[in-house]
Amino acid sequence: MNSPLVVLNDVSFQYESQETPALNHISMEVYEGEWLAIVGHNGSGKSTLARLLNGLQFPKEGTINVAGITLSEDSIWEIRKQIGMVFQNPDNQFVGTTVQDDVAFGLENNGVSVEIMSDRVVDALKKVNMDSFLDQEPHHLSGGQKQRVAIAGVLALRPSIIILDEATSMLDPRGRGEVIETIMNLQKEEKITVISITHDLEEASKANRIIVMNQGEIYREGTPEEIFEMDEELVKLGLDIPFSVKISKKLREKGISLDRHYLTEEELVAELWTSHSKM
Amino acid sequence: MMEKMIIGRYVPADSILHRMDPRSKLIIVFLFVCVIFLANNIWTYGILVLYTFLMASFSKIQARFLIGGLKPVLWLVLFTFFLHLFLTKEGAIILDLGWFKVYEEGLRQGIFISLRFFLLILITSLLTLTTTPIEITDGLERLLGPLKKVKFPVHELALMMSIALRFIPTLMQETDKIIKAQTARGVEYTSGPIKDRLKAVVPLLIPLFISSFKRAEELAVAMEARGYKGGEGRTKYRQLSWAVADTLMIVGLLFVTILLLVFRG
Amino acid sequence: MDISLKNVEYRYSADTPFERLAIKDVSIDIPSGSYLAIIGHTGSGKSTVLQHLNALLKPTKGAVVIGSREIKAGRKEKNLKGIREKVGIVFQFPEHQLFEETVEKDICFGPMNFGVSETEAKRRARDAIKQVGLSESILEKSPFDLSGGQMRRVAIAGVLAMEPECIVLDEPTAGLDPRGRKEIMDLFYTLHKERGLATVLVTHSMEDAARYADEIVIMHKGTVLKKGKPLEIFSNPEELLAHGLDVPEVLRFQMKVEKAFNTKFSKTCLTEDELTDVMADFLTGRVPR
Repeated sequence: MNSPLVVLNDVSFQYESQETPALNHISMEVYEGEWLAIVGHNGSGKSTLARLLNGLQFPKEGTINVAGITLSEDSIWEIRKQIGMVFQNPDNQFVGTTVQDDVAFGLENNGVSVEIMSDRVVDALKKVNMDSFLDQEPHHLSGGQKQRVAIAGVLALRPSIIILDEATSMLDPRGRGEVIETIMNLQKEEKITVISITHDLEEASKANRIIVMNQGEIYREGTPEEIFEMDEELVKLGLDIPFSVKISKKLREKGISLDRHYLTEEELVAELWTSHSKM
Repeated sequence: MMEKMIIGRYVPADSILHRMDPRSKLIIVFLFVCVIFLANNIWTYGILVLYTFLMASFSKIQARFLIGGLKPVLWLVLFTFFLHLFLTKEGAIILDLGWFKVYEEGLRQGIFISLRFFLLILITSLLTLTTTPIEITDGLERLLGPLKKVKFPVHELALMMSIALRFIPTLMQETDKIIKAQTARGVEYTSGPIKDRLKAVVPLLIPLFISSFKRAEELAVAMEARGYKGGEGRTKYRQLSWAVADTLMIVGLLFVTILLLVFRG
Repeated sequence: MDISLKNVEYRYSADTPFERLAIKDVSIDIPSGSYLAIIGHTGSGKSTVLQHLNALLKPTKGAVVIGSREIKAGRKEKNLKGIREKVGIVFQFPEHQLFEETVEKDICFGPMNFGVSETEAKRRARDAIKQVGLSESILEKSPFDLSGGQMRRVAIAGVLAMEPECIVLDEPTAGLDPRGRKEIMDLFYTLHKERGLATVLVTHSMEDAARYADEIVIMHKGTVLKKGKPLEIFSNPEELLAHGLDVPEVLRFQMKVEKAFNTKFSKTCLTEDELTDVMADFLTGRVPR
């Protein structure tokens, strides 16, 4: 892992209409090139965190530093160039009347010249595998396709960080799969820093690092392996455990020796095969 | 009937009219609306009819589709015709049924004015049939560009229009969904007394308003997150290109105007 | 009250250039008190089927029998309220249908449309709010001051207060977090078990279908691809996969293990416990390979 790209220092935030703070003294770092998943049940403060990172809300206390720039009213436009955001509802972030218009929207806002724009639009759509839908209108696209267009819209701006704010939670399994696969490819091939805010533990298990949020505070931080060791504790926090971890655990209870909880089904099957096939 | 209606609908095709710059089409329609009032006799109306039909043939849209689509408005045209036929009482009487007389001027007025009306509808339909709503918006934004100097919010209006266009299908789906949900809760939208049906609008409109506000709010946040800060310093992805054909088309209409001036009585 | 679809076909915008065939030759029986899951991808026709269950759509061919009423293609149907009272539908994101000033009024809206008196409706509202796991104090609040999860529950209470004989659920857990999902699914399962409420679950989730339903219908490209008990449906997973459909993750994992060990377990497992038992027996050699 590289240098920290985002640094939050003792950040607190409270919505005016609420009695308790949405975020309570959060300090954390996001490193260049990593995929960080921030998980928590609905209302744990994870989405507020995303909004703060992009200057859509300002912290009541503490500082946020993105790529060396301290977030303030004056620097938000600089910071928004660094951070792209994909939101939850596929419909309510589709601004253009067609796919290519939508991808171009962010470029237009930043005054990118026409020649560069058309290349970047096609390029970004290729990366999310939507380049054959240039002139399609949004109401003819599936949720997963719309979210991929939203990702392309962010990519076209060449940000260093992409935040997915529950971007898969309104999608069907197929759409969810498409979006997660797209993120995995981007992270691998474009080395882009990904922060995914989610309550889908299968999605989180693909990240490099997980932060568990609860009641506006960081409850636990660690690698997926470490986090899923929490087991029942996660369920108590309103979350779930990935399938392969559940199975690993049950097999261990039933006397099958496994040295840890396996994060992917492939790993688990491979481990079972190597340690048990010769019995 | 609504499915055959062509007013305001775009039909994709590859024709001269489809390829034209929306600005030139808008200018032509605007000019046409002005010069149509120059016509005042059979020759000048003849020229306008020829011109309109020529344009219609350029559009490559099937004549049957065009005429079928204009049928609903034909009633309005006929109404205009009879209105003038009955109400104008000038010139020689050409038909006398005792209780009802048709005057020469009435017939003339009836024909000319309903024809004028028909041509106007046809020409504007040709505009919308061959130009996507977003192209029209772009064209208008560019044509009205100079008004920015007097602080007229041209860019904002154009953006509002394009967002409205983008969300119409979404809102239609949403409306359909809420109607179904409330119907399942015992509301009757298609039968029952008028009073009940009016009352049934409330459980439809309130959810629609609420979700539209929520959409608007989320859309605004999404736009801001993507760096939208007003029209200042913004570039345009969609470029309009003015070709020789556009100039020729406008010259064509100017020529028609001269003919009208020459032949009008 | 039984519901059955008999060779139902439905075309959207019939007799126009925009005509589109949504479902064809669909026959499904829903005996009273049963729990049926309808599974399929987006566009498989499952939402179209759902809307036939309380005559929101009328078949363009075939017939739908709901209790003693028969809705036949090509016939004008009057007074469908009786049907809608008996079959409640919880649509996807049902919180979008809330509109009243208070939660109580919103819950009473359905029952009162069906002619239930105000006092009775209020009694039902108190009942329903408890069933969905919220406290009575919420009845006085505006539905728009609640959290997303609470709004969902209020909307569900609004359907339950109609006291339907059959409840149809269209992806009732979409957008909820894992705890919310489990709570909602358990709530409906309890209602089904305790009150014998017939339940139709329309879902993408093979896991939910396998876990809760007695009977599963798999929709594919507008037709019924398969129907039967969960075990029958999933005993031949290759067929489902060949159609681009999923199988429950337990079964998917079982297949992976079987492939790795080049074996075939004696049964099709649908729960984690079943599978781990079978695997433990196999791996420890209690069962000869």
